[in-house]
Amino acid sequence: MHLVFPAVLAALLFCVGLYGVLARRNAVLMLMSVELMLNAVNLNLVAFDVWLRDALHSGQALTLFTITVAAAEIGLGLAIVLLIFRNRGTADIDRVGRLTDGDEQAGGDEQAGGDEQADGAETVGDDEMEGVG
Amino acid sequence: MNLAAVPLDSTRGFLSPSGVEIVFVLVGLGVLGAALLTVTTKQLVHAALWLVVALGGLAIEYLLLTAEFIAWVQVLIYVGAVVVLVLFGLMLTRAPIGASPDADSGNRWVALGVALAAAATLVTLVVDAFRSTWIDLGTVAGSTKANGVTLFRYWVLPFEALSVLLLAALVGAIVLSRREKKEP
Repeated sequence: MHLVFPAVLAALLFCVGLYGVLARRNAVLMLMSVELMLNAVNLNLVAFDVWLRDALHSGQALTLFTITVAAAEIGLGLAIVLLIFRNRGTADIDRVGRLTDGDEQAGGDEQAGGDEQADGAETVGDDEMEGVG
Repeated sequence: MNLAAVPLDSTRGFLSPSGVEIVFVLVGLGVLGAALLTVTTKQLVHAALWLVVALGGLAIEYLLLTAEFIAWVQVLIYVGAVVVLVLFGLMLTRAPIGASPDADSGNRWVALGVALAAAATLVTLVVDAFRSTWIDLGTVAGSTKANGVTLFRYWVLPFEALSVLLLAALVGAIVLSRREKKEP
């Protein structure tokens, strides 16, 4: 097989993933695009390993490692996204900018919204407590 | 087209592709289309399902490159585990079932420009570099036996380090998603 076919497919897949990372707004969709980019790298590793006939099978061993690291990455990434969603009520990465410079106004608004939600939760909890009592 | 009767040298060219190359290109087009739909569709759950198609197509590409073990690991971990995790993530962040118009951010045209520029550069470079390079697919390169032998003979230390990394990721995910105890 011509080596250009897998190499070009991997390059195009990587660029599709790059577009997804830059253009998506939902954090989970961004993680999916990162998976596409990692898969492009895996395809390159396998193709070059098969081409070079490496005695140590370096490319395929590294592909296995990449797949495992990608699984760990998406587990941790989703945990972080769920934590952000629980604290802020959104998975929209454009609205999670409190650590950036010049975003204090938006951050203050989110802070107020968060307090309101916390108050609501507290009230509900009190009601339940009274009901139990 | 009788491929078996054609001498080896004349089969090596863009104009007379072998059967494996034709299948590779067709599956590759399917993978690319599914990947494009993954990053452009407005329906969030459909994006995860198109991701399944893209990753499964890549498993077929691995099989065509005679890397069987990687292909099955791809099916097991990516299609089996990662996509299920992504679907859980979408549901737990209350993704809407229908089309969500704000799935794409405002800088998508800049992103398109960056991606197209990167694609043009990479494809030009890769085609220029590997214009006259062929992979010999005569013998299987990635059988489970060969992979297992090399993995446990030459790659044992990275393998063990990876297990520690997975343990760390497990503990980290639990710590991150644990709820704080309320003060009495």
